[in-house]
Amino acid sequence: MEITKTSTKPKVQEHDHHDDHHDQSFITKYIFSEDHKMIAKQFLITGIFWAIVGGAMSSLFRIQLGFPDMDLTALSPIIGNWLTPQGKIDPEVYLALITMHGTIMVFFVLTAGLSGTFSNFLIPLQIGARDMASGFMNMLSYWFFFLSSIVMFVSIFVEGGPASGGWTIYPPLSALPQAVSGSGMGMTLWLVSMALFIVSALLGSLNYITTVINLRTEGMTFFRMPLTIWAFLVTAILGVLSFPVLLSAALLLIMDRSFGTSFYLSDIYIAGEALSNQGGSAILFQHLFWFLGHPEVYIVILPSLGITSEIIATCSRKPIFGYRAMVYSIFGIGVLSFVVWAHHMFISGMNPFLGSVFTILTLIIAVPSAVKAFNYIATLWRGNIVFTPAMLFSIGLVSFFISGGLTGLFLGNSVVDINLHDTYFVVAHFHIVMGSASFFGLFAGVYHWFPKMFGRMMNRTLGYFHFWVTFIGAYLVFFPLHYIGIAGFPRRYYSFTNFETGRIESFIDLNTFVSFAAIITFIAQFVFLFNFFYSMYRGRKAPKNPWNSNTIEWTTPREPGHGNWPGAIPKVERWPYDYSKPGSDKDYIPQHIPLSKTPESNMPEDSSR
Amino acid sequence: MKENSVPKILRMNPKIFLIWIFMISISMIFVSLISAYIVKKGEPGGFNVDLPSMFYYSTIVVILSSIFKQLSYFSTKKDDFKTQKLYLLGSFITGALFLLFQYYGWVQLVEGGVFFVGHPDGSFIYILSGVHAFHLISGLIFILYIYNSAIKLNVHSKNLLSIEMSTTYWHFLAGMWVYLFITLYFYNI
Ligand code: HEM
Ligand SMILES: [Cu+2]
Repeated sequence: MEITKTSTKPKVQEHDHHDDHHDQSFITKYIFSEDHKMIAKQFLITGIFWAIVGGAMSSLFRIQLGFPDMDLTALSPIIGNWLTPQGKIDPEVYLALITMHGTIMVFFVLTAGLSGTFSNFLIPLQIGARDMASGFMNMLSYWFFFLSSIVMFVSIFVEGGPASGGWTIYPPLSALPQAVSGSGMGMTLWLVSMALFIVSALLGSLNYITTVINLRTEGMTFFRMPLTIWAFLVTAILGVLSFPVLLSAALLLIMDRSFGTSFYLSDIYIAGEALSNQGGSAILFQHLFWFLGHPEVYIVILPSLGITSEIIATCSRKPIFGYRAMVYSIFGIGVLSFVVWAHHMFISGMNPFLGSVFTILTLIIAVPSAVKAFNYIATLWRGNIVFTPAMLFSIGLVSFFISGGLTGLFLGNSVVDINLHDTYFVVAHFHIVMGSASFFGLFAGVYHWFPKMFGRMMNRTLGYFHFWVTFIGAYLVFFPLHYIGIAGFPRRYYSFTNFETGRIESFIDLNTFVSFAAIITFIAQFVFLFNFFYSMYRGRKAPKNPWNSNTIEWTTPREPGHGNWPGAIPKVERWPYDYSKPGSDKDYIPQHIPLSKTPESNMPEDSSR
Repeated sequence: MKENSVPKILRMNPKIFLIWIFMISISMIFVSLISAYIVKKGEPGGFNVDLPSMFYYSTIVVILSSIFKQLSYFSTKKDDFKTQKLYLLGSFITGALFLLFQYYGWVQLVEGGVFFVGHPDGSFIYILSGVHAFHLISGLIFILYIYNSAIKLNVHSKNLLSIEMSTTYWHFLAGMWVYLFITLYFYNI
């Protein structure tokens, strides 16, 4: 081990006290734990909680969209004050529900729940580290997330309801409490919660980057890192660069809301009366928001792409196709994701020339995305595929990533987007490419690493059932939305029945169908939940390396303790994708097996990998 | 085939590395605010602000503070504990003075008719200097912490890590103000 770049000469004490098991109290073990595995589980459980809340909300507003005349009085013990006297969902509550649904899913489930779980769990285990660079910061990261969760949850129940300007909280709607009741207390809590969330995300990301760069075990060169780690690394870099910008956006919004400044406000009339605010620009908010917002969608998808790379290689029993191309694509996506944000703003009155620039940049991002898709398919091609539930979910992700990415090309075209912007076409696009794909990565990861997390196996049959219902369900829910969008349904509308154009009414049936599918798919998730919690205690005990995988987390004990490896950390001797290597009698050679032990399968290029 | 071809891993001290990424992250806050400000200044209907004279003084003071901090670091390296603490104190006092000057800068702004609440061309000046001051306070606390361990003789040539971190951060904050000041200056003439 060598310290190459420190200007000082700090005492180089190896922290080797980790593997003795000092007795921990319940509090330090399960609550204020600094162990990355426990923190990962905390993120996972909190994420699951939020996913249930977010999913239940979507079922509610799908009822409104699909069955606009339904009388929900039967639900009044639970959601009583959200209903009108006729037993329908109140229009403002509807707006609050979609806002909360979006916020919860994007940030709390697919950012914190996904990165928080898998970056935390896998980074130290797969690079061969005892723990994160700073366990304390890692713990803080979770507890900031927890606080942020509490504030967001409380905001649902305050007077006036939660924020209701959409997850993108565009001002002036979100800046003026007079505009809609959700822009009062609810919006304030939203901002507080998100500020806490950003702190949590930054603490996490700083740690992930530092750990990956500095704490790799001997032999783990950059190009021997599993693709999961590459994906988590780039995700964290995106987070560090983009979340502060959201903080700026939120800060200015807070000033506008609470101190009377005019950063985003100008020339506004409410009920015929002019507000005094002059000189601000609502578009400024959109720029700041989407400068975070677009990288954010990649923060959501990249960890899932990393997870599936790993699973698809393992379960195809083949090296990942084009490892370096995959790494460069991840970086390409990361860099490009910072220069396309204005494709969310084509209709904001921006200069058409600028629109063309952003169109081109946006279409370029399809290139590395396509490289990844092709490499997945090439890896699967003639593989010796083992259809575990994790593998099915990974293949499902590839499917969603392609079909959702294709619609991105339409939207990325500033001219086509004139028609499609803010319709259900956009909703379809991002629910497939981001929502479904990323959720599938999350599920795949849980199924795949459950044995390492809890030392037990999840039930396969339930896993298959869960996969098929969810996969078919997701397509049934989101595919029809394309047609609804092309027909001109705007998103975020409470009701479509009073337009009386004749055209929109003819889609009522389709909407009913979508709602029906959505609710079935939501209910099917409880199968997963049952499987998850049941297997945690009653599942079959996991073998040490259940999927015959190469990465070094499988060299830890069945239930790794604090410090991960009881003895020395294994040295890494090769890249992680030596599956079905010609000459070898086994179809996998784990990363810690030296080349000297496998003369029969060594290739000339191995010594340089 | 080479035997024993386990390559060495490149690494630097994780804590130093952390503080660098942390600074990059903070920079993004300023970068985004500054770009917003520059775009705003490009729009018609705005006005130029006479920067308060206090901002000039505070710029000098913050650079002084940075120099003191560096000197203290040099003294630490030489295990010269007397000047180490003296310079540390110097950087703390000049740092605190900077905050005071910024505050009087705001007072001057108000006297000149530029208010926080009003046209964003004015508000941005408050936001930029305010967010910077907020971070500067964290740097001051860091210096206090170092001073405290210096009293306990815990900061010496064999244990430079903490003072190195705080010095880097302090230079960063000083540099950030200089950058903000120059930008404000050129966009208001
Ligand atoms: C080929 C790649 C992609 C292209 C060209 C693309 C293009 C676009 C465009 C132009 C929009 C704006 C549509 C509008 O509002 O009118 C959009 C919306 C969106 N995209 Fe993509 N996209 C791509 C991939 C992705 C990926 C991979 C994700 C997430 C993982 C994603 C998530 C989203 C989200 C969340 C929105 C909607 C945000 C909102 O308005 O609420 N997109 N996409
Ligand atoms: Cu985008």
